[in-house]
Amino acid sequence: MPSLPDMTTPNLTALAGQALADSGHVQVPAPDAGQEQFSEWLQRLGDNCLILGHRVSEWCGHAPVLEEDIALANQALDLIGQCQLWLGLAAEVEGKGRDADALAYLRDAGAFRNLLLVELPNGDFGVTLMRQFLFDAFHIELLRALKTSSDNRVADIAAKAEKEVAYHLERSADLVIRLGDGTDESHQRMQAALTKLWSYTGEMFLDDAVDQAMADAGIAPLPSSLQPAWDKTVAAVLDEATLAAPTGAWQHKGGKKGIHTEHLGYILAEMQFLQRAYPGAKW
Amino acid sequence: MATTTLPHTDQIWEWLSQVPDPEIPVISLTDLGIIRDVQWQGDTLVVTVTPTYSGCPATGIINLDIESALRAHGIQKLELKRQLSPAWTTEWITAEGREKLRAYGIAPPVDGTAADGVLAGRVSRLMGNNLTIQCPRCGSTHTQKVSQFGSTPCKASYRCADCLEPFDYFKCI
Repeated sequence: MPSLPDMTTPNLTALAGQALADSGHVQVPAPDAGQEQFSEWLQRLGDNCLILGHRVSEWCGHAPVLEEDIALANQALDLIGQCQLWLGLAAEVEGKGRDADALAYLRDAGAFRNLLLVELPNGDFGVTLMRQFLFDAFHIELLRALKTSSDNRVADIAAKAEKEVAYHLERSADLVIRLGDGTDESHQRMQAALTKLWSYTGEMFLDDAVDQAMADAGIAPLPSSLQPAWDKTVAAVLDEATLAAPTGAWQHKGGKKGIHTEHLGYILAEMQFLQRAYPGAKW
Repeated sequence: MATTTLPHTDQIWEWLSQVPDPEIPVISLTDLGIIRDVQWQGDTLVVTVTPTYSGCPATGIINLDIESALRAHGIQKLELKRQLSPAWTTEWITAEGREKLRAYGIAPPVDGTAADGVLAGRVSRLMGNNLTIQCPRCGSTHTQKVSQFGSTPCKASYRCADCLEPFDYFKCI
């Protein structure tokens, strides 16, 4: 994974792969789910974590105060750890001999399945925090629902990740409120961030054929079913933060199908350079 | 070693209790509660380990340390398994481990206070009002949260309003 955990752990991927293979879980998902669609859906989860984790890691050494720098780096680490689990499972389900690293480092932008929201540039600290809050509020509902997935492997990863994301949400909600209901400048910046990002939130709740197949197999909830809880959390926090969500209904979409903003390519150029230039390079 | 009998798993647990956590060397891997199982499968020793945080960079080192320690004790066939479920919780840190943390200057976790992602009562909780974290240096309960995150993924930053020292609190998950 990009620069963070692997420096001293040459055998981690192999260990993780071995552990998954040995975990004793059923190796097939619930009936009627095509493996290709299942892997596609897992890549959406993994790519959200990978791309947001990478974006957040860009703050390392640049955050406004030391504590925030540490918090952002730790969140990036959590997300990239979760990405390794999801993409590891996606690769296993796919069964084409790829692993999490191959998915992360060797796919082009059109093969990435993350939401557009998570690839948007960091902007100022307000944009970074607002993006994190809007995503965390969605992420927690998704993981909560996945804990009862018909596929044990999915449920296990979700139960692990949920604890970390609950912590992320508490922090991002807290800071959105403090800064929204803060000074004139912090309020303006948070409102500008919300206005800028709002039209990227609708994509989280769009259902497509892959989502429907996962829902039919009991693997995952339909994304649309998560929206009421998200609406409630977001409305309560924004209200306390004295911020107003835009009323326009128009929403960007495309990330789940591989149609991305121009920003993703730049992320991949940085993240994938080493593996592209020196295939198979290891620490 | 090849023809001798295999060491009892109690012995293995004892050896593992001597392996320090790489980030917080005063506590052992067994104090931390991350060794979930030790068993022989034929002549292969299978040690099951659960990660604290999914992205914890110490995970690889921990595996390496387990392997080095057990090989040094003559274990030849060794397999390390990762187990995610049930997910690790700070409640598994042993009483002895908590005391060692405190003596080292890290306030041990307060059980039952993990974030649950339910934002009701948020402000009070975030201000640390639901928690009385004792300063590990002077014992004062007059302490404040500085940041939800600290020097490693498993810790938060606090300061003591009496002795004025900053300290780490082992955050609950």
